[in-house]
Amino acid sequence: MNCKCKKCGASFTSKLALVLYSYFSLCCINSFAQNCDKRLSIQVIDLHDGTPLENAIVKTNDLKGSTDFDGNLVFENLCEDTYVLSISHEDCESIVQTVDIKKDTFRKIRLEHHLNELEEIMIISNNRNNSRTLFENKISKEVLDDYNSRTLGEVLKTVTGVSSLNSGSYLSKPVINGLHSSRVILINNGVRLEDQEWGIEHAPSIDINSIDKISIIKGASALKYAGDAVGGVIIAESSREKLLDTVYGNATTNLQSNGRGGGISTNFTKTSSNGWYYRLQGTLKRMGDFETPDYVMTNTGFLEHNLSLKAGLNRIDHGFDVYYSLFSNRLGILRSSHAHTAIDIINAIENDIPHIIEDFSYDINIPRQKISHNLLKLRGFKNFDFGKLSMRYDFQSNDRKEYDIRRGDRTRPALDLNLQTHSIAFDLESKFENNSNLKTGILARYQKNFPDPATGVKRIIPDYKKYDFSLYSVFDIGLSNDWLLEAGIRYDFSHIDAYKYYRTSLWEARNYDELFPEFVVEDLGLNTLTNPKFDFHNISSNIGLKYSINNSENIFFNYSMSSRKPNPSELFSEGLHHSSARIEIGDLSFNSEIGHNFSLTYESSDEKSSLVVNTFANLVDDFIYMIPVDLMPTIAGVFPYWEYKQEDAKLFGFDVKYDRQYFTNFFIGHQFSIIKGYERENDKPLINMPPVNLKNQISYSIPEMNNLNLSLESEYVFRQKEYPNNNFEVFIPTENIYTTLDTSTPPGAYHLLNFASSIGFKPENGGNYKINFRIENLLNNLYKNYLNRLRYFTHEMGRNIMLSVSYSY
Amino acid sequence: MKIFKYALLAIPFLYFSCDDDNDTPEPINEEEVITTMTVTLVNHQNGSDVITMQTQDLDGDGPNEPVITVSGPLTAGTSYAGSIVWLNEMEDPAENVTEEIVEEQDEHQVFFSASGVDMEFVYMDFDSNGNPVGTQFVLAPLGAGSGSVTITLVHEPAKPNDGLDTAGGSIDIQTTFPVTVE
Repeated sequence: MNCKCKKCGASFTSKLALVLYSYFSLCCINSFAQNCDKRLSIQVIDLHDGTPLENAIVKTNDLKGSTDFDGNLVFENLCEDTYVLSISHEDCESIVQTVDIKKDTFRKIRLEHHLNELEEIMIISNNRNNSRTLFENKISKEVLDDYNSRTLGEVLKTVTGVSSLNSGSYLSKPVINGLHSSRVILINNGVRLEDQEWGIEHAPSIDINSIDKISIIKGASALKYAGDAVGGVIIAESSREKLLDTVYGNATTNLQSNGRGGGISTNFTKTSSNGWYYRLQGTLKRMGDFETPDYVMTNTGFLEHNLSLKAGLNRIDHGFDVYYSLFSNRLGILRSSHAHTAIDIINAIENDIPHIIEDFSYDINIPRQKISHNLLKLRGFKNFDFGKLSMRYDFQSNDRKEYDIRRGDRTRPALDLNLQTHSIAFDLESKFENNSNLKTGILARYQKNFPDPATGVKRIIPDYKKYDFSLYSVFDIGLSNDWLLEAGIRYDFSHIDAYKYYRTSLWEARNYDELFPEFVVEDLGLNTLTNPKFDFHNISSNIGLKYSINNSENIFFNYSMSSRKPNPSELFSEGLHHSSARIEIGDLSFNSEIGHNFSLTYESSDEKSSLVVNTFANLVDDFIYMIPVDLMPTIAGVFPYWEYKQEDAKLFGFDVKYDRQYFTNFFIGHQFSIIKGYERENDKPLINMPPVNLKNQISYSIPEMNNLNLSLESEYVFRQKEYPNNNFEVFIPTENIYTTLDTSTPPGAYHLLNFASSIGFKPENGGNYKINFRIENLLNNLYKNYLNRLRYFTHEMGRNIMLSVSYSY
Repeated sequence: MKIFKYALLAIPFLYFSCDDDNDTPEPINEEEVITTMTVTLVNHQNGSDVITMQTQDLDGDGPNEPVITVSGPLTAGTSYAGSIVWLNEMEDPAENVTEEIVEEQDEHQVFFSASGVDMEFVYMDFDSNGNPVGTQFVLAPLGAGSGSVTITLVHEPAKPNDGLDTAGGSIDIQTTFPVTVE
């Protein structure tokens, strides 16, 4: 790009230098009448970032001059009069301004770039990284398009070192470097997703069709958004609107054999060159029961409908937008996964296949979940001399209903939670002359959780109100051409005010009556009403270096400290968790978990190949996790008794991604990742660590044939050999014997082959079509996945043939 | 200063959110719970020989263990008419869950087994499909000895089935009573 306005580079915008009136005028002007001794100083700056514009031409009457390197120009010996200035610059739109001269006057003039250049600037700012020293994995629009019938968790798995923790075929949660749930923060269009992410069987409420780009930061927080991302951050964004008078959009429809369903998705954007725009987007997906190679997984279908609207004004120096999105779904949970006791699980494991297998159906019966997530965001920004100030308000309402197999009225949910979150944030981004940037911000958040008592089932997550307040500051500076340093710090304060009915027997057994007598509101006999209140003060920080070896090679080093307060489930769990057939007990005395993550990334890329090697070590102090400690008899039999514990943990691993192009259109890609996690004290492996996996891909493209692309992917997942042995002996009274309940042993290794192909057409009347044809699990392998919570009850999906046609205009 | 206009826009929302109700949440009627199972055995030969076996766990999934009681020994060579009552004593007054189970009898089945003592169990009630339910049964101790009787209430078993191990479903109640047969 050859825009001079930008070439001037970043400069200290709060440039008091503009007061340093330049006495050096390039074009000195003849004097007029005798009382004409007034002086007009002008500085011409880039409206977008405040950069001074050199060689801007300013004309008035017969006077003419051009600005110097600092954008300054002085006209001397002006009379008291009104002058009409016309200001022009080769890269910018010309403007006319009038100025009344009564005394010496200073005038700052902002010029706006030509439209096409604005467009480029917008694209650049859109591609800006969230951190300059943290390596970010990106998922492009193309990959998102290929996965448009899937869930976010599945798309994220395409990134090396990211896996997913599933509950069946549809519910999938991202796992970054072995960590998930509350340790992985999701940012949807600048808003931290508050969707009860703590639950393993809660999938993120994001429609991938509303997203154009995803960035993944492993092992560190993007301090602008959060300080508690011990595992990492996922940043999902829709693209910036164009600054042209145009209409564009896309319609996609897809079908797949497994689940015998599909989806349609469309989006439409209207923009205009004056900056106004709106965008509408909608998705509808419907699937029936998924199938393994051998049997139907009864009641695993789902229905999802989403929509999003965005409208606003996008000017270079100011703008605002309103964004609303609705994500809602209804999904079946494998019928046979309803276990109640350890013996139910033993029977399920022994049976190998589910005990209820019915014919294929689109019905979504009980057990099922019904989720809706509303997000409303208002955002505005304005560029000042001291930087870009933006303000954001967002509101989220997450409604989760879980219907269970129960006696009596099944139209009533067994779990009904409503989580409402309001946030207001101010962010300031400043650029300085010495190629450094400062981002600072402040945020306040209010959250309220309401578990509806009408369920007739004990509340799993109590009523609570949470007040957050955060401050952050991130500074980066280019130390030389090769070295870049970034450092940031964030402070988070949280106050939790909860109301919870505890079983009095548990309250006393946990010694809470002595530890927290101040929490007790009323002893009701069987239950005790309590009002636990907590304050958490957390500091998180980040320091990173990026070294550019040369144009194509970079090294990133980063140390990040994340602090995560315990989530409601870790604090308040108290009782039987049916879907896991175990009693889960939280702890009110937990403190925050602190992660120290060190990562080193080497990246090299040239025209033919790219290589990324990433290693990390994450030392987590007071890591919160659950272990089985005992057995507990109840009237329904004996249950394993799991308690949340805080112990120090360590995780480390590395991953490699290497792509290379051979000849002109032959391409080979490799990905490998390994992650290990242990308790620090006794080296006991952590549960649910992703197994080692290796992916290889060969593809061949024929550009002459409508960009035909054919590729074959192989994915080999090793057996996880390191796992905690949480097995225990269960007494089976009917047979008068003890049997081992083996929920720990991971299933075997598996190998999957996938075929993918795509082709594009450009019809004469405009637009373009893209057809994707894909077969997953080509060999129709029957296998189980260690990271599927329902693996005791079912195998994974069999062969899946998928076809998608998309038209964009 | 557009930015502040936007900030003003947000205020109503914040205001909206601050509808602080200091009300404490209402207690929940835990309807799903069964706290008590009482098995009554009446000797067919001698109506005054009534044995009751009971398990009672008033704090549900709380840490207190269920209390299991058996009123006396059974007599060998006779038979007993058995009936079962389930209660939810967390509710006040206690809810009789038996009625609900009888109403949904095609979704429930009680399984009986004995160990250490030789016993025979015969179902006396059947659902609309002719499959056994087990709230009414006959228990016949065949010989003297001591051992245990396990009674299991399964929700949504496959029906018909060949026994507890393969019936699937989920176990609502499972209790082993120590018994002596004289």
